[in-house]
Amino acid sequence: MKLGYYPGCSMHGTSREHEESLLAIAKPLGLELAEIEDWSCCGASSAHACNRTLAVALPARNLALAEEQGHDRVIAPCAACYNRLAMATHEVASDPQMAGRVRAVLSRPFANRVKVLNAVEVLRELVPTLKTNVKRPLTGLKVACYYGCLLLRPAEVTGFDDPEDPSSMEEVVRACGAEPVSWRMRVECCGAGLTMARKPSVVRLGRAIISDAMASGADVIVVSCPMCHSNLDFRQQAMGLSRPMPVVYLTQLVGLALGLDSSALGLARHFVSTGGVVPRNAAQEVG
Amino acid sequence: MARIGVFVCHCGENIGRTVDCHAVAEALAQVPGVVHAVDYKYMCSDPGQQLIKAAVAEKGLTGVVVAACSPHMHEKTFRRAVQSVGLNPFLCEMANIREHCSWIHEDRAKATEKAIDLARMMVEKVKRNVALSTVRIPVTRRALVIGGGIAGIQAALDIADGGAEVVLVEKEPSIGGHMSQLSETFPTLDCSQCILTPRMVEVYQHPRIKLLTYSEVEAVEGYIGNFRVTIRKKARGIDESKCNGCGACIKACPNKRIPSEFDCGLGKRTAIYVPFPQAVPNIPVIDRQRCTLHIARSKGKKDACMKCSEACQRGAIDFNQQDTLVTEEVGAIIVATGYQLYSIGRDQPKEYLKGYGEYGYGTIPDVIDGLQFERLASASGPTAGKILRPSDNKEPKTVVFLQCIGSRDPAKGIEYCSKICCMYVAKHAMLYRHKVHDGRVVVFYMDIRAAGKGYDEFTRRAIEEEGAEYIRGRVTRLYRDGDVIKVQGFDTLSGSPITIDADMVVLATAVRPQPGIDALAQKLSVSYDRHGFIVEAHPKLRPVETNTAGVYVAGACQAPRDIPDSVAMASAAASKVLGLFSHEMLEREPTVARVDESVCAGCFHCERVCPYGAIRHKEIKDKTGKVIRVVAEVNPGVCQGCGTCQATCPSKSIELQGFTDAQIFAQINAFVG
Repeated sequence: MKLGYYPGCSMHGTSREHEESLLAIAKPLGLELAEIEDWSCCGASSAHACNRTLAVALPARNLALAEEQGHDRVIAPCAACYNRLAMATHEVASDPQMAGRVRAVLSRPFANRVKVLNAVEVLRELVPTLKTNVKRPLTGLKVACYYGCLLLRPAEVTGFDDPEDPSSMEEVVRACGAEPVSWRMRVECCGAGLTMARKPSVVRLGRAIISDAMASGADVIVVSCPMCHSNLDFRQQAMGLSRPMPVVYLTQLVGLALGLDSSALGLARHFVSTGGVVPRNAAQEVG
Repeated sequence: MARIGVFVCHCGENIGRTVDCHAVAEALAQVPGVVHAVDYKYMCSDPGQQLIKAAVAEKGLTGVVVAACSPHMHEKTFRRAVQSVGLNPFLCEMANIREHCSWIHEDRAKATEKAIDLARMMVEKVKRNVALSTVRIPVTRRALVIGGGIAGIQAALDIADGGAEVVLVEKEPSIGGHMSQLSETFPTLDCSQCILTPRMVEVYQHPRIKLLTYSEVEAVEGYIGNFRVTIRKKARGIDESKCNGCGACIKACPNKRIPSEFDCGLGKRTAIYVPFPQAVPNIPVIDRQRCTLHIARSKGKKDACMKCSEACQRGAIDFNQQDTLVTEEVGAIIVATGYQLYSIGRDQPKEYLKGYGEYGYGTIPDVIDGLQFERLASASGPTAGKILRPSDNKEPKTVVFLQCIGSRDPAKGIEYCSKICCMYVAKHAMLYRHKVHDGRVVVFYMDIRAAGKGYDEFTRRAIEEEGAEYIRGRVTRLYRDGDVIKVQGFDTLSGSPITIDADMVVLATAVRPQPGIDALAQKLSVSYDRHGFIVEAHPKLRPVETNTAGVYVAGACQAPRDIPDSVAMASAAASKVLGLFSHEMLEREPTVARVDESVCAGCFHCERVCPYGAIRHKEIKDKTGKVIRVVAEVNPGVCQGCGTCQATCPSKSIELQGFTDAQIFAQINAFVG
């Protein structure tokens, strides 16, 4: 599978381990990723709070570049990037006036024919390949799949899974040999961008999410969004939990099942130790 | 020589405002063949019609053109008027200068010019009109009713009481439909079975009703007054003439743990069973998917169990019985196939329908739907009328009802209101409070829609006198927490999230048409909407007719309906059928296709394009009786006058009467020439 790759700021910054693990699993899964040249900010959070046209034009610029560079499908692993890019394709397709304004701003051809994908969607598509390449099945590992809000909503923009009762992460987790647990906070809010402005709210929401995952018997929470990750991992110390709960990216879990080295997957970069997640026979280099 | 009269109508100001009607009449007076042309304010009024009648008599008119509104409005009026003075009605035509001219144009001069053209074209057509006489077709005074729920039962009884024979077809082993599953009915709280079962027995005993249960309509041929219906009688496994309904076979059946469809999976039945004690007919049926003997046979093994057959004193069990096809001749058909409930979970029958995975229906046993609650509340139900929750048979002390599950939720695929839920939830709340005095009832609603006689009083009673707590808002999630179901929702009146610990949750799910309705509708050539509801001929003025003559609709297969509505529709459809049957012969418009046998080459292109199957083969024989040619022939009872055959015929030997090529070309020539 060949995809254009839009990293966005987080994959090169706060969620480096997300990128490391994605690039590490790409080869064994036969996934070719070509980073979009000259990509720019997707505008997440700030642009759509300030200017509607800018909020669409910023992601549209990156989609236009992807078109120029011959991609028909682009993966945006960050949930916020994914949401903004998918929203841009939706708005340009459904609102002719917006399409006109955006094209005027872009000053480059934009046919709006690139399909935007997130990492969960791509991995779900690769489940058959994944199954045949699992080297170290994560048997017995109980996983709480946490979707958060941006991956699934709004449903008419994302559309790859049921926004209230999703199943795609669980499919991937099962393919890794692990066991997804049934819990109820899978699509609840983590507090997202309020992590700086309203820390107590984020801590309260995170505590509720992690407590429910623990009560459901999960050994680890799996996410696919850098904001979910930092709210659940970085803020965990302030939550006063009975024990730490490791939080890893889905790409990292897949990497472990593929038998990759935990250092190659960036598993040492988390605040909460991921040691319990790594199978015993895997290389131990975990922080 | 043609002597045409032209009558131009002002329609008050409707036409007169934009078209100079007097100028139109003056211009038309100059057209060759027109001997009389006048304008008048209201041509459809009695004095207006008098003008036409007088002119026909005095001027010896051979044709009449009324330039006025659409022929859909008043063609009949004017044709009757000319007929009363001795002119063949088909020599009178209308030129539509209102919908096609004055209503859609603003420029008076141009509109007047167009009105002149329209009238002139019609004059040229009428010059070539010939006298036609109405087609008369015979009527079989016998009706087919499809569906044996309350609507079908009511329609069958009304028609049979009116003196005509009825064939009532029901696909389930018993008639009664969903109404037989209900405990009590709103807004009077009278027992559903108590009012229904006498009607069911009446059907069974009626000398003019032929009841075919466990049967389905296989094929429909023919047309109004003359349908030929093939019905599949599914193999019951019982010789109905021998069975006396003693039930010994049911007691003997060892396979006792099959979820009962009648109890919505909450109770159990045997493999040979009657769905419920008051079933009509009281004759069991063998469920071949579950019967030990039939399962063994399907695997090629020897007969493993014959306990029911051994228990039967009358030798009525027939394991080898096959489906049989019966043919019935009927003159009219009523579709009354009813509804099913929307399925709540992720698995949905159609792609556009999305379920509510977040409500855990199917995984949390104490989350049930409205019909399941009816069975819990019913004296004939699995708990003998005690409200006990399915998981542990304990009496629930807090019951939460969620309205609008599926209904009015375009995101889930259904935009319409299911109409009955507001009422039955209020009823459920009362029934529960009557049985569990210390119980708490919470209802989540979007709006309370209680439009009906005694309906609003009923919901007010549930809230004000029976203590039901109504919360306006939606529920986001249901999940199990130990022994309780957490109901997480939002109260939109106080603007706050709310969580309730419930012992049982009842989902008021949307009403959908029965599965297979689309296939049945296609057999009957009636329209249905994207959900499968049968479309009526006119939403206000022809509510129980369909677009196929002779096929009528009643009850919840047309839209969500409660019992009073279904019964009213059924009686209306029955009266339409009886009206049809009051004539010995049916009269139909003569504007049907006719074949010129002398030039027809028998290629039958017309047969291939005819959407109604109106073309037959006719053999032309010589004196000795030898077939020398086969030509096409039109069945005037079936032909709808669409003209497709006329456009297709390579030898121009089939023509639609009243719309012949000569007439149409004359109109075109009048315009371009």
